[in-house]
Amino acid sequence: MLNHKDILSTIEMIDQQHLDIRTITMGISLLSCCDEFPQKACMKIYDKITRSAENLVKTGEDIEREFGIPIVNKRISVTPMALVAGASRTEDYAPFALAMDGAAKVCGVDFIGGYSALVQKGFTEADKKLIQSIPEALARTELVCSSINVGSTRAGINMDAVAMLGQVVKDTAAATADRDGLGCAKLVIFCNAVEDNPFMAGAFHGPGEAEQVINVGVSGPGVVYHALQAVKGQPLDVAAETIKKTAFRVTRMGQLVAQEASRRLHTPFGIVDLSLAPTPAVGDSVARILEELGVEVCGTHGTTAALALLNDAVKKGGVMASSSVGGLSGAFIPVSEDEGMIAAARKGTLCLDKLESMTCVCSVGLDMIAVPGDTPAETIAAIIADEAAIGMVNNKTTAVRLLPAPGKKVGDTIELGGLLGSAPVMPVHPEGSAAFITRGGRIPAPLHSLRN
Amino acid sequence: MNAIVTVLGQDKVGIIAAVCALLAKNNVNILDISQTILQGAFTMVMAVDVEKAAVSVDGLREQLETLGNEMDISIRIQREEIFDAMHRI
Repeated sequence: MLNHKDILSTIEMIDQQHLDIRTITMGISLLSCCDEFPQKACMKIYDKITRSAENLVKTGEDIEREFGIPIVNKRISVTPMALVAGASRTEDYAPFALAMDGAAKVCGVDFIGGYSALVQKGFTEADKKLIQSIPEALARTELVCSSINVGSTRAGINMDAVAMLGQVVKDTAAATADRDGLGCAKLVIFCNAVEDNPFMAGAFHGPGEAEQVINVGVSGPGVVYHALQAVKGQPLDVAAETIKKTAFRVTRMGQLVAQEASRRLHTPFGIVDLSLAPTPAVGDSVARILEELGVEVCGTHGTTAALALLNDAVKKGGVMASSSVGGLSGAFIPVSEDEGMIAAARKGTLCLDKLESMTCVCSVGLDMIAVPGDTPAETIAAIIADEAAIGMVNNKTTAVRLLPAPGKKVGDTIELGGLLGSAPVMPVHPEGSAAFITRGGRIPAPLHSLRN
Repeated sequence: MNAIVTVLGQDKVGIIAAVCALLAKNNVNILDISQTILQGAFTMVMAVDVEKAAVSVDGLREQLETLGNEMDISIRIQREEIFDAMHRI
């Protein structure tokens, strides 16, 4: 018989500490949808997604009710669209995004990811067309998310792609200017992108993945924060142990939900992503965990060390709780989606440079950061290049999701709504990087890429 | 298949009777009950067998929620696996 106290502690985690499953994401391969005729390819894409994910949302809701655990998002990730669209004879890739969007709406999912290209070593013709079409694709669709991989430890950094994307980010913001540049919240630029990430906006179903797969992303900053309150003032190794135990519990729940969803949808289980994903709700913040560890305001000295401890303890606790761990697995630090980060940024303690150093030790990168609308494309490209360099050299995934909100300047706030939250506009350095970016070419892979 | 019913709220007359009657009506067998009053707050945890239940777990959830609203207490039912997963290796 289960212990009365254990049962009540689970219920308290769900009720008061925002414990939830952040997402069940179904990965679907679209490689079978390639067609010389773009209209036919779009039809195949629409049909395959709607057929494969027909029961995804209903199954998620059933599990939610039977187990009494909130499952916040149901999502779909697909094969990087450049690989599929490349077979079609067309210059216009927007219809592929529209097909994804239409299918996602019929399935009732929250987002669909995979309007993507992998260009770390170089471009195909399709990659170029896809990247150029991103502003239009994201402006004309609601649920489509796009991601581009511009670098890897093995291949180095494709600086032509970086330069191109600096402009694409600006154009995407301009194309969605009426919504505070919302399009940029659905565009991620990666280095060392993972193929089984269930989290948006960076999810895509990698070419090395199976036909169809279920990946689950857990959450739980609130639970970790609460657990740490019981060990106030104790040494950091005690805090790390506490985080590990909590992460273990949270991940076990994710594993259970993943297995159940996989069984009911007759789809193989892929991975559980152990990420601590915050929301703008009070009590669901990663920044507040760092502050609970002892830094007065997130962003001050000591923040990077605290984040390193948190990120590592989350992995160590989670890894034993799941038969297959993957995705990004660590702590996320999206500024607009984290109530504590928003507060720290408003105060001026958390700045872009500090966030960059924090990304060296956490699971992703510069995420959901509003910058002035008049930031030059080359400066955005240079921020992307810095972040990609951190990923390339440190063998880790890094990403950039910047929001250069049109017409906004430092001190303004952009409102994105829902889980995307709101972001105070942060300053960038006024000195230019154009001469560096316009050189183009590639940054060669680091020496330690030669591991064979 | 087992499920866990938890009842939380202000103590009053007839909570156990009402919950048990609802479960019996739906042919749900009670395997274990543990109940305490913590500072006036009523907490009860029941392990129940829903294998032969007349309705699905989701159906039971709806009925229990309605009863909870009527009595101004929180009643929930969740499959046992979730607690096993979190608290046992």
